[in-house]
Amino acid sequence: MKKTLAQAYIWLLLVLLYAPIVFIAIFSFTEARTLGNWTGFSFELYKNIFSGGVNGGAGLMAAIKNTLIIAFIAAAVSTLLGTVSAIGIFNLKGRKKKTIQFLNNIPMINPDVITGVSLFLLFVFLHFSQGYLTVILAHISFCTPYVVLSVMPKLGQMNPNIYEAALDLGATPAQALRKVLIPQLRPGMVSGFILAFTMSLDDFAVTFFTRGTIGLETLSTYIYADARKGGLTPELRPLMTLIFTIILVLLIIMNVRQARSDKKKR
Amino acid sequence: MSKRSNWALPYFIFLVLFVVLPLVLIVVYALQDGNGGFTLSNVSRFFTDSDALSTFAVSIEVAVENTLICLLLGYPAAYILADRNLNKSAVTVILFILPMWINALMRTLATAELFNVFGFTLGKGTLLFGMVYDYLPFMIYPIYNVLLKMDKSYSEAAADLGATPIQVFGKVTLPLSMPGISSGILMVFMPTVSTFAISEFLTNNKIKLFGTIIQENINSSMWNYGAALSLIMLVIIGLTTILLGGDEREVQGGTI
Repeated sequence: MKKTLAQAYIWLLLVLLYAPIVFIAIFSFTEARTLGNWTGFSFELYKNIFSGGVNGGAGLMAAIKNTLIIAFIAAAVSTLLGTVSAIGIFNLKGRKKKTIQFLNNIPMINPDVITGVSLFLLFVFLHFSQGYLTVILAHISFCTPYVVLSVMPKLGQMNPNIYEAALDLGATPAQALRKVLIPQLRPGMVSGFILAFTMSLDDFAVTFFTRGTIGLETLSTYIYADARKGGLTPELRPLMTLIFTIILVLLIIMNVRQARSDKKKR
Repeated sequence: MSKRSNWALPYFIFLVLFVVLPLVLIVVYALQDGNGGFTLSNVSRFFTDSDALSTFAVSIEVAVENTLICLLLGYPAAYILADRNLNKSAVTVILFILPMWINALMRTLATAELFNVFGFTLGKGTLLFGMVYDYLPFMIYPIYNVLLKMDKSYSEAAADLGATPIQVFGKVTLPLSMPGISSGILMVFMPTVSTFAISEFLTNNKIKLFGTIIQENINSSMWNYGAALSLIMLVIIGLTTILLGGDEREVQGGTI
């Protein structure tokens, strides 16, 4: 009885939580321009995205391209920077370690708006013209902390002697890094990369403040502008559905990997 | 070994440049007039700006209400999810956490569209509803994490010693889950105060939150006043964090 009640509560919350997403997904399979009108099953909206047959479709395609490029570069650089830094931080001690860990936490605690405004002021202050580069730098700054936190536990689990052993057996530090350290840290790096990628993909506020006035649009800023004009472009329905699905799949992969490695440990 | 500690140096420089300096610049710009001279007028202007003050009051009110609703709905959910007798499936946990990683703007727009289709008038009610949608997972996850790691033998011992289930919950489980509750409050309260865009879409521009005012000022090149408002928000964030013993480590497990 108690169990049934508990399960009912959980599923009720889940239904409520997912209702808007499911609603959008269902109505992505019909052609109606207004949401909530069902005019029969159709892939038309999906076709429109890929053929560019959207009103102002070039803008939307460019926004998708920008979003993916920015997310990929930001995630790749964050993964590199974050992994190297995690190794460094792991080997630090005392106050230095505490300081850098504290600084590493700031971007995660800061609300988006503050991160956005503060970086905007930085670029204004440095007379740095804003555009692609500033958005990518901004994304790296809020993605890297997550990579650091994904890699750190893996360093803790590692036997430190393996690296030393490789050096003793004649490996150069670079070889030891490539053949010993990196393979051990890879699961953490992959999680970090996926996390950074989704964070970047999702970001709206920071991009909004750091993209400058050159007309750079990512998906979020495009959707924002579109919604302000009144009503969503119908093609955004299949697009949102696709993004929800991609993130869902990425996160499930990540969690299955995590569950597997946890099982191995036991 | 000692050499590898130097690997953190580039990141340290990066953090100083892209995290510390920007925050310092908020303070600098907030205390400057248009010509770069020192002034407190930006900060004092806030306290005489009735528009900003009322927005501020509304933001705090909405944030408090949202946090309370999320706590009331989220705690039981976290409790059930963490209890192996009540919930055996890991999938439900993942389902609750997933929305955290999906663009809040998109979820909000989907919610607003849903309200429109069902003919709800957009206003305070829909704002709160939408906010709860957006932030509930952020309340559930930290509490769930703490409850999951809690040593079950404490509550078992309490029950063995004759405590009723309600007493066990009130005297053992609840106090032990406080760190999760404060992380949850932190993760719901602060983003609610600072959101922009979300409130506009959920209320059809009727209700503005504090984040929106910051954005409007920055976008209309009122950098100094915008910075002053950001500074006020930073102070609030600092206070809330200290008040709640700010430690988000529970939340930052890397993987979800």
